[in-house]
Amino acid sequence: MDVKTRILSRYKAKVFKGRKDHILEVDGSGGQQIAANTRAIPGIMTNRGCCYAGCKGVVLGPLKDTVVLTHGPIGCGFYSWGTRRNKARAGEGGENYVQYCFSTDMQEPDIVFGGDKKLRRAIEEACAIFRPRRIMICSTCPVGLIGDDIHAVAAWAEREFGITCVAFSCEGYKGVSQSAGHHIANNGLMKRVIGTDDGEVGGRYRVNLLGEYNIGGDGWETERILRKVGYTVVSVFTGDGALADIARSHKADLNLVQCHRSINYVAGMMKDAFGTDWLKVNFIGLGATAATLRSIAEYFGGDELRERTEEVIEEEMAAVSGDVAYYRGRLEGRRAALFVGGSRSHHYQDLLGDFGVSTVLAGYEFAHRDDYEGRRVIPDIREDADSKNIESLVVERDLRYRAFLTPERARELRERIGLGDYGGLIRDMPDGSYVVDDLNHYETEAFIELLKPDIFFSGIKDKYVIQKAGVLARQLHSYDYSGPYAGFRGSLVFGRDLTMGLYAPAWGLVSPPWAGGGAAPAGGAEAPGEGGSDA
Amino acid sequence: MRQVAIYGKGGIGKSTTTQNLNAGLGEMGKKIMIVGCDPKADSTRLILGGLAQETVLDTLREEGEDIDLDQVLREGFFSIRCVESGGPEPGVGCAGRGIITSIGLLERLGAYTEDLDYVFYDVLGDVVCGGFAMPIREGKAQEIYIVCSGEMMALYAANNISKGIRKYANTGGVRLGGLICNSRNVDGEAELVSSVAKELGTQMIYFVPRDNMVQRAEIHKQTVIQFDPESSQAAEYRNLARKIDANDMFVVPKPLSQERLESLLMEHGIL
Repeated sequence: MDVKTRILSRYKAKVFKGRKDHILEVDGSGGQQIAANTRAIPGIMTNRGCCYAGCKGVVLGPLKDTVVLTHGPIGCGFYSWGTRRNKARAGEGGENYVQYCFSTDMQEPDIVFGGDKKLRRAIEEACAIFRPRRIMICSTCPVGLIGDDIHAVAAWAEREFGITCVAFSCEGYKGVSQSAGHHIANNGLMKRVIGTDDGEVGGRYRVNLLGEYNIGGDGWETERILRKVGYTVVSVFTGDGALADIARSHKADLNLVQCHRSINYVAGMMKDAFGTDWLKVNFIGLGATAATLRSIAEYFGGDELRERTEEVIEEEMAAVSGDVAYYRGRLEGRRAALFVGGSRSHHYQDLLGDFGVSTVLAGYEFAHRDDYEGRRVIPDIREDADSKNIESLVVERDLRYRAFLTPERARELRERIGLGDYGGLIRDMPDGSYVVDDLNHYETEAFIELLKPDIFFSGIKDKYVIQKAGVLARQLHSYDYSGPYAGFRGSLVFGRDLTMGLYAPAWGLVSPPWAGGGAAPAGGAEAPGEGGSDA
Repeated sequence: MRQVAIYGKGGIGKSTTTQNLNAGLGEMGKKIMIVGCDPKADSTRLILGGLAQETVLDTLREEGEDIDLDQVLREGFFSIRCVESGGPEPGVGCAGRGIITSIGLLERLGAYTEDLDYVFYDVLGDVVCGGFAMPIREGKAQEIYIVCSGEMMALYAANNISKGIRKYANTGGVRLGGLICNSRNVDGEAELVSSVAKELGTQMIYFVPRDNMVQRAEIHKQTVIQFDPESSQAAEYRNLARKIDANDMFVVPKPLSQERLESLLMEHGIL
């Protein structure tokens, strides 16, 4: 029996039917199809998060010049407070709200009598204490159930305080995963923020960095490299990002898309409205970062930029190559499994490859088919009631629309550097490896047993289950307490963390309950979990 | 203690009928509490002689959890104890959740004392959500009466409420005690309501004739028995009270299909 059959054989008929198309063994044929972005099966221990997690936790939360106000009972706000490890430094004027948690802390009377009055009071209070210029309101489940009109409150706040205030109806129950929340956040940014400031933006080679949330400082390393080459980073969506910058983002010439799933809507809408081209990039991995830098240089063209790019790559590589060789010597031949959100399971295969680590399994929590199979399948993706329930914004061409490239050049670059395209995860995976959508706890344990990976990259929800099986688990949502892992310098941090983890003598000492004969594990003393798990 | 819930289409006369019925039971010496489950908080107006009541939810909002029973419970005509759940203004919040909160709070405050013969829940309109089904869930009200008339929409509503009762009959043990016809002077009304009741597996427990006396008493913020004890309408409500007090027919209703309900209406010449 092959691995897939063995895993599915434990399921009853109905669950079998629901799961069989979400698991595939890569065969290199190029046309493999996977089921994705469908409802998790009741009873299965899924690792997914909710719509609110996608909107507030992932996309809006990292904005530093913005009060992100959770309208709901306190749990939603509290558990999305700081757990993503998206870092931010105060900008001009000292504004930085990232370390705060703002919530209306709804109580029973607010549910019965409506929470809009308390929401107004919370905004008044926030304005009195912090004098923010921007407030984003995020809804939680009960707000949707009782129908508080948060959009009317946002309009009131704009009139009353002269601020930008946008409300997001991102109630947790919407959609099948946090993916719906990304979409709702993208729509709100497009409708209300992008293109609202026509102030001068200086600098050459202007780019926006999209889908970089600065987990553990990734965005800082990426920006450092881009600036070193000579690029002007107009705005970042949204790690260490500012709405003030995003308001000017339409002034950039090119959008660099790091996390495709969470931000591709903005990339597509900016192309339609402002003509801004977008390029799928990957700053995770030495080779990937170098290739990305070359593609961006190709977009802008010119020998000067090409030469500068090669100089930077050479200099950065030289600075890390000795340590990389050392870590590679200790990691080569190991096997990894990756189960993260909607893009990292692809990105990290490049970085692992730099250290000679192969990938035996990769999966996404909330990706859509285009993240697996490439954007060419988008016309074939069947819309269902869940996806139709989320607004799909169609934007008009703006008067400020401008094309940076000639149509011929745009076509050429689409071929050469994949401009405006994403080929997806599957085509970059080795034959015989596995791709699994919405992996669950049973399948995690079963795959560990059958594929025997040395490292399992995942999140807080299954980290300790994996480690109790004697396998190193690293959180790729939050990087545990470490990072950055991006760019040239981040690669070294990653190599060091992996080496430390794998060479820790702990794994040989783990005696799981099912092994039999061994000493019983120390009872009940589990480490409390830090770290979110939503991107 | 018999716990009774009164349901029925909006505007059919649930609150009026419940309070007049309770005046009849009160006159018989029964100890009664009425729990108004309508955000308008007008279920106890006739017993109390006005709307002077602090509602449970308003008190909860203003005082926090630290509230006493005597802040929200008042005694009216025949020492009938009156409580109003209250709720949000129209169009905001969640009235259903309000009822759940309110009944829970009344229990913790000790409103359900041993000496009570009856607790009546007067519930808003239809069973639109889980909150409005609260009085018939979790072993609270054990018997239900549906106020209706011979009008089509009133009977539709009665049939729909029966579906809610059937759902909770299995888990909470609630039963339907009968239909109370609050007459609108529709042709063949008593026969029609009786035959719908029969199909549901229950009875038309009483036919309350239409009488302007009810209106006059209401304008004076009184029940008919208090306003004009000698009137024939007062006698009707006394009879209704005796019927309810003596009722021993409690069933799990068998809701009608849409087609069957319509054909019944047709038979009795409405459609």
